[in-house]
Amino acid sequence: MIDREQVHKVAHLARLDLSAGEEEQFTTQLNGILDYFEQLNELDTTHVQPTTRAIDVSNVARVDALQPSPEREQILESAPDRETNIQGDFFKVPKIMSAD
Amino acid sequence: MGLPGTLPVLNQKVLEYAVKAGLALNAQIAPYSKFDRKQYFYPDLPKNYQISQYDLPIAEHGWLEIELVDADGSSRRKRIGVTRLHMEEDAGKLVHGGSDRLAGSTYSLVDYNRAGVPLVEIVSEPDLRSGQEAAEYAQEMRRIMRYLGVSDGNMQEGSLRCDVNISVRPVGTEKFGTKVEIKNMNSFNAIHRAIDYEIERQIEAIASGEKIVQETRLWDESSQRTFSMRIKEGSSDYRYFPEPDLGPIEVSQQQLVRWKADLPELPASKRRRYETEMGLSPYDARVMTDDRAMAEYFEATVAAGAGAKLAANWIMGDISAYLNNEKLAIDAIALKPEMLAEMVGLIESNTISNKIGKDILPELLTKGGSAKALVESKGLVQVSDPKVIEEAIDQVLAAHPDELEKYRGGKKNMAGFFVGQVMKQTGGKADPKLTNQLLMKKLEG
Repeated sequence: MIDREQVHKVAHLARLDLSAGEEEQFTTQLNGILDYFEQLNELDTTHVQPTTRAIDVSNVARVDALQPSPEREQILESAPDRETNIQGDFFKVPKIMSAD
Repeated sequence: MGLPGTLPVLNQKVLEYAVKAGLALNAQIAPYSKFDRKQYFYPDLPKNYQISQYDLPIAEHGWLEIELVDADGSSRRKRIGVTRLHMEEDAGKLVHGGSDRLAGSTYSLVDYNRAGVPLVEIVSEPDLRSGQEAAEYAQEMRRIMRYLGVSDGNMQEGSLRCDVNISVRPVGTEKFGTKVEIKNMNSFNAIHRAIDYEIERQIEAIASGEKIVQETRLWDESSQRTFSMRIKEGSSDYRYFPEPDLGPIEVSQQQLVRWKADLPELPASKRRRYETEMGLSPYDARVMTDDRAMAEYFEATVAAGAGAKLAANWIMGDISAYLNNEKLAIDAIALKPEMLAEMVGLIESNTISNKIGKDILPELLTKGGSAKALVESKGLVQVSDPKVIEEAIDQVLAAHPDELEKYRGGKKNMAGFFVGQVMKQTGGKADPKLTNQLLMKKLEG
């Protein structure tokens, strides 16, 4: 069971701005999903190794070789704002910290 | 760039470097390791999560040994625990505008060139007790990573970065005090001083009844102080979960054996060997092993027959001075280890004096070639024939009757003057030891 307070917290962590009605709605829906997953607990997994994936593949890696990347100027130009100074070319973003 | 939606693939070299770094730190390499997502919102990473390793890092439970050389030349060794080493991706670099600090800035600038670039993070055990120990630990870590070729360790460019956590506790107590994190130190010296400053600050705060709060502080190089970033440390909730876009890592035993065999001899082992087998002082051993290329040059010189102490003196002295002046690496000079050994051999066999060695070194450094041939072609072979030296002494004494009288009248420190004159007379070629002996006899006689 999760309650509305947890939904509120998770929404905040995900930077989602939910209305009171939405919080209520998602609390019900998320509980429905959790209940559904609860069914898995009926299985006895005492002798099953924990896993994080369904397909058993390890060590997928690429060789250490240069690959072409998109054009630099194009990337910089596609940002809403940019700045070039003696330290280099930058994306410009709004103030990170709020005043409080 | 770290763009949202980017599908990651692990670079083989990253895994190899991480495992080798783990092995070099005497750590246990995980038979099964995986990547996780660390979720956070900050402009340094546009996709809002960092691929890292949470509960199954590639290496754990290691250690490295630091050697602290005191002012009197004595040394002590200390083992520092390494908690873990994990692979993760780097984030972008932020520059804050309108203020030199985050607080008060009106906008920020982001450079994403290093976002998504792999790095290893190494966490140490709380075994370090002073700024000196921490700075030495960081230097030893850099030496090891350079020996392995894993990193160039350039702190100014951010290839090696370091955050420290500091707490103090009353003498005799077990429990650590509240820790404070310090960032923004970009030299070993800054690490040393920031820690010593912070230790004093915390002790003073506690002595005057204040409580230490868990926070992040920045080292300010210009004022030599730490400042609070004034950011509340909310209990961070990164909601780690296994990275679905990257599979797990299983390093096989055979692979581990192969990578282990690739490891070079590491600086701590070289220091030990140079001190015990070659008789170098702790200080000399430390200088000779700081850079792998220099250590290998030194070893090649000794292998070619030069005495270790003399070889080390030449490398640390005139050769290093030349390298510094010319901004050269030791493997880029014309003087090869075998030739240095030949020159050292000429000095050891009294064929030339140390002074002549210094005179011919510049030519050997720039042009290379045989020291023996150079000495012969220039007629610089040391004069060890007592007859020749005595003759020179007689001439000098005859030419300086006043000085001789002064000497015999009790001004014994005039001896140096006569040695200098005899050297001048022989073009610096007279065997200094023999000259001294013969001169003393004549002066007193």
